[in-house]
Amino acid sequence: MALSQSARKVLLTGTVSDSHTWNLVFLELFLTEQGLDVVNLGPCVPEDLLVRRCREHTPDLVVVSSVNGHGYADGLAAIVRLRAEPELADLPVVIGGKLGVDGRDDADRVARLRAAGYDAVFDDGDLLAFERFLTDLAAEPSTPVGRPA
Amino acid sequence: MSTPGGRSFGRFVADAADAGKLVVQPRMGFSDLRRMRAGLERTRFAAATTVGTVTIDSYTRVGAYDTARRALTDGTPLNGYPIVSYPLATTRALLDGVHDDTFPVQVRHGSSGPEQIIRALTAAGLHATEGGPVSYCLPYGRTPLRESVRNWAAGCELLAELAPGTAHLESFGGCLLGQLCPPGLLVAISLLEGIFFARHGITSVSLSYAQQTDPGQDVEAVHALRRLAAEFLPAQVDRHVVLYTYMGAFPSTARGARLLLEASAELAVRAGAQRLIVKTTAEAHRIPTVEENVRALEAAAAVAGLTEPDPGPPGDTGIYAEARGLVEAVLELDADLGVALHTAFRRGYLDVPYCLHPDNAGRSRSWIDDAGRLRWSSVGRMPIRATAEERPAMTSTRLLSALHTVARRYDQ
Repeated sequence: MALSQSARKVLLTGTVSDSHTWNLVFLELFLTEQGLDVVNLGPCVPEDLLVRRCREHTPDLVVVSSVNGHGYADGLAAIVRLRAEPELADLPVVIGGKLGVDGRDDADRVARLRAAGYDAVFDDGDLLAFERFLTDLAAEPSTPVGRPA
Repeated sequence: MSTPGGRSFGRFVADAADAGKLVVQPRMGFSDLRRMRAGLERTRFAAATTVGTVTIDSYTRVGAYDTARRALTDGTPLNGYPIVSYPLATTRALLDGVHDDTFPVQVRHGSSGPEQIIRALTAAGLHATEGGPVSYCLPYGRTPLRESVRNWAAGCELLAELAPGTAHLESFGGCLLGQLCPPGLLVAISLLEGIFFARHGITSVSLSYAQQTDPGQDVEAVHALRRLAAEFLPAQVDRHVVLYTYMGAFPSTARGARLLLEASAELAVRAGAQRLIVKTTAEAHRIPTVEENVRALEAAAAVAGLTEPDPGPPGDTGIYAEARGLVEAVLELDADLGVALHTAFRRGYLDVPYCLHPDNAGRSRSWIDDAGRLRWSSVGRMPIRATAEERPAMTSTRLLSALHTVARRYDQ
């Protein structure tokens, strides 16, 4: 698999108001096992810091994870901020976890997050779908993630 | 409405304990005023000895008061009550006629910068909250520890000043990452934070401990905490132990969740804790409703009523000695406990397993042994011994399995 062979770099982050970390500890292990090089920013990452770290680390993929119920609102603000930066406009960014306070899988919420610039949304932390996404991304040489460094 | 000078949160819990009652408390906070009010009223009138909870939302927790205010204007639901962003009159109206000497209310938040929250809660007539320089910094945020220590020293002094005679502060130190932290470290941090509060003017404290993977180990840990509190806290400081129902991944079946809650109520009484923070059957799925919280309170109270405290001390597997070793090592570092805590983390004398914070050494690791007990596989530079033999490397699958050990056991 192209992704694992080339040890692409993933920036893993919590959202500005989310203090949870087990999701981030787990995802770091999971992504590392996929052969990816992971930079884990930890919890409560403000948008400006996220932008700075994206510039600094030039990742091939950004993974936003949130479980505190503010994931939709925080995730939306984060992607709007990222997409406003010309050099980050094409950077693949995905979000997943428990994104609302109600525990519902909300299609409208997913659509709005996609429209704002996320390449994929894994509501309710759908890990299998995320794994498929990583595989597909690795198999597509046209995407930035599939490109050689 | 209760005013400073009235009966404190600590006094209420002590009186309940004297009457042989375990105080039960929800983890509950809503931005919707009607729901928040209903939550307090229903908690007050539940068939149990209860105290109320106002849990603050995550924006307020990180000091983003404007974002919280915007969410209120936009009608976006928050995951808690934005006590700083709501006008004081709103919070007073929320509490009017429900909060009084017979029903104290604690504000729960998780903020490493608690000043505005303390100002808002005392202005509204409340005097009990929780937190700590370590437990509200390291596991769950990115505030530098030095800054959190400074904020919490000031926060304690502010609370003592604004609620003289009634200020109560609970250490969240017995929870840390919620799970996979061996009991010795949980007990040590809880006690150290209690001492920190006392040194900064708080005269009524509670020390926490979160239910872990093994009831025998947990009973021993709560005993160790009580014993160490008697040895290290100044005699004039009022104290009690608060137990948390399991704070990790919760059973997904209603039956499993109920059994785990009941086990925690039993543990609280057996081990001599005076207060229990409950979890609900909805925990694995979403933020619980008021109704689910009330059911959890009543179920816990019913089990507590049927449980007797253990007659003698539990067996000793070394939790007391481990916690004491950690506490002494920290206290010896500096006369100023805030400086000592900072130095302890910098040197790795305290090291929370799986914690991502940059001020944490990150060299300790834990695992759940075949008997279901939490053990150290690596202690890093902590002045204690690892009890485990060599373990296979932690993988995502093994971590997930460990994180769900308790849920799996109770769901079966």
